[in-house]
Amino acid sequence: MKRAVLLLAVVSSACAGRVNDELWRPFAEWSYATRIGTMIHESTWLFAAIESLHLLGLAAMGGAILLVDFRLLGLGLGDEPLRDLARDAQQVLLAGLALMLATGALLYLSEATKFYSDDFWGSAEFPFIYKMLFLLLALLFTFTVRRRALASTTPAARGMLPLIGLTSMLLWLGVAVGGRGIGFY
Amino acid sequence: MSAMVEWLAGTSGSIALHESQYMYVLVESVHVLTLCLFVGFSALLDLRLLGWLLRRVPVSKVVARLMPWTVAGFVVMIVSGALLFYAIPVRSYHSIFFRIKVVLLVLAGVNAWVFHGGIWRRRTSWDMDRVPPARARVAGAVSLVLWAAIIVAGRLIAYNWFDCDHPLPRVVVTLTGCAQESQ
Repeated sequence: MKRAVLLLAVVSSACAGRVNDELWRPFAEWSYATRIGTMIHESTWLFAAIESLHLLGLAAMGGAILLVDFRLLGLGLGDEPLRDLARDAQQVLLAGLALMLATGALLYLSEATKFYSDDFWGSAEFPFIYKMLFLLLALLFTFTVRRRALASTTPAARGMLPLIGLTSMLLWLGVAVGGRGIGFY
Repeated sequence: MSAMVEWLAGTSGSIALHESQYMYVLVESVHVLTLCLFVGFSALLDLRLLGWLLRRVPVSKVVARLMPWTVAGFVVMIVSGALLFYAIPVRSYHSIFFRIKVVLLVLAGVNAWVFHGGIWRRRTSWDMDRVPPARARVAGAVSLVLWAAIIVAGRLIAYNWFDCDHPLPRVVVTLTGCAQESQ
């Protein structure tokens, strides 16, 4: 319950940030003008290099998530002990996630003003906000519900595993689709 | 080859795909997202070969269980990749990054072929090893590096730095087969 309230608070503040010219626009402009942001958008190849690293993180992280979610659905290494599999996959997941968050932050800085617009639906702002909301949901789900389920031993909790695997894949797919969407603007 | 690419670019399917607002984007998105399945699972196999992950699971079991998904991912990659080429044949053909990517793909194939024809045949003696023998580890490491490079090369195809209509250094002209001398 506490978690649900927290989630609601974060989501609503993100929505408020969207309409709040006082906060969101100055933040975007400040981000864009930071030394790192400037360096990246003035460089010919830096953005491409960072974007490539972002994709490498995607492959690593995607594989680690799919390995475990497949296991939850009884696919792939579906008969291996869940705990061992989850622990091994966790290392790749965290490495990939760290790379994606770091490069993602840099990509944001380099084109932050793209994500502030008067035309919410017709600009990159929509896929960006959508991606961040899904990212938030996916992270919360992965590090609370899913994490606990991976360590569960009770039969009742085990019955939920396929549903958790499916939810995880759908949430991360939502993030990925949002990321693709940003590229179209 | 060049003539074939020119012909391909003139086919109605190529033009339709190139000009369609949604189909191209859809194919491109499928190509990128399937990375997670194909390269993600390949990387996990490679990490097992390196003895970094899934050490308690026999190598042959990891291969047997993940390979069908990896192959399925590969098929999606090849089909969507071929469609992306089909949509923009001439530019892709002359793209230095596309050419690098093809060479790297061939190298990845050779690496897999060497692995399967060599150390993999003797897998019964090391299947349960937590850290596989050096040759298997090398195959895993080479594969990881190649696929990472393939992702980067693939991403860079989108950039026009070395397109034929730009002034290019002679070495790039040679590598891309751009017809700049006639201009």
